[in-house]
Amino acid sequence: MGFNAKEMIARRVAEELQDGYVVNLGIGLPSMVANYIPEGMSVTLQSENGILGMGALCAEGEEDENIINAGNQFVHIQKGASFFDSATSFAMIRGGHIHLTVLGALQVDEQGNIASHIIPGSMVPGMGGAMDLLAGANRVIVAMLHTAKGEPKIVKKCTLPLTARGKVDLIVTEKAVIAVTPEGLVLKEIMPGSSVEDILQHTEADLIIRDGLAE
Amino acid sequence: MNKVIGINEAVKMIKSGCTIMISGFMAVKSPEALIDLMIKNNIKNLTVIANDSAVPGKGIGKLITHRCVKKLIASHIGLNPETGRQMNAGELEVELIPQGTLAERIRCGGAGLGGFLTPTGIGTSVEEGKQKLTVNGAEYLLEFPLRADVAIIKGSVVDTLGNVFYKGTTQNFSLVMAMAADLVIVEAEEIVQPGELKAEYVMTPGIFVDYIVGAEM
Repeated sequence: MGFNAKEMIARRVAEELQDGYVVNLGIGLPSMVANYIPEGMSVTLQSENGILGMGALCAEGEEDENIINAGNQFVHIQKGASFFDSATSFAMIRGGHIHLTVLGALQVDEQGNIASHIIPGSMVPGMGGAMDLLAGANRVIVAMLHTAKGEPKIVKKCTLPLTARGKVDLIVTEKAVIAVTPEGLVLKEIMPGSSVEDILQHTEADLIIRDGLAE
Repeated sequence: MNKVIGINEAVKMIKSGCTIMISGFMAVKSPEALIDLMIKNNIKNLTVIANDSAVPGKGIGKLITHRCVKKLIASHIGLNPETGRQMNAGELEVELIPQGTLAERIRCGGAGLGGFLTPTGIGTSVEEGKQKLTVNGAEYLLEFPLRADVAIIKGSVVDTLGNVFYKGTTQNFSLVMAMAADLVIVEAEEIVQPGELKAEYVMTPGIFVDYIVGAEM
């Protein structure tokens, strides 16, 4: 289930891409979105360690020791790619030049707050570039499994330390597509294999359900 | 003005207890030869400023494993479990800073600026103890410059005047770090004569570099 669920999420997030987008994908599940960029669509991937125009991961033997992505993986670059330093990279990110970032999360709440970088006492990897991406990207999509060990991740109010306040625009899980609006969280789509009951049972936050919901 | 010196001579200038910036992103092109000799020379109690603590056995990861670091200022430590272990055991102080803020603080340190305003970290614990300012209706945090006693940087091609070219993604924090330390040592993969590295390809101008060492010594 785990693998297919993640693939399903990545595939659905990819439907949000638009021609000409510059996108930064977080590590893990979000990076899988790159596998589903629609044919013929021009999407440029930014990696915050200093690449615009990142290509696919390198197979064994193809690595260039000087070229990695922000997840410490050896990658190819596309024709017309560029390299730059960290200050320039974050000027792109904070400066509103990145159309979309797709990130994972531990919790997202009704106000579009996101907690993704720390579980005090157990997981303290550091925020890396996540806070800058959340602060500066034009649009933020959270791509994550709907629950963690059965516990809802879409909550009324984040209990974990925030990575950003009110920055999430859309949440895509294996169960649902949920938009963050000024009125609250709006259930936009039910993913294949799920149902309104299933979603409500696994969601702590209140969901606004409107007529004409896509199933 | 030949800046090339022996690596032993260079590492003698790096003292225990100093604050040191180290280039590299997840240990891709950290100055490994300098780091190895620092460990061999038993240089301890360092305050290290870097993007991350690499992975065990590579780059800054080696300094962590050998207990050379008293304090680490970085944006990410998730790929080196030993860093987390030392932090949780109270053996290593870790200050985590958003990556863009870290880069810009270092840039400010080298560029003669007194600080900058960033939206990054608003509404999070990063705010704590910081002044918030509203400009044109938007909230920003006031962040201050970072400087170091020493910066050690890896360069792909370096001429003897200290002009540096970086391949691929290896420039990462090097450009800002080279500006923000009192003593800057570049570990070169290849050392060339002035003129061999065309001016257009210089990414760190030699003015920022004090000494150059070869990586293979």
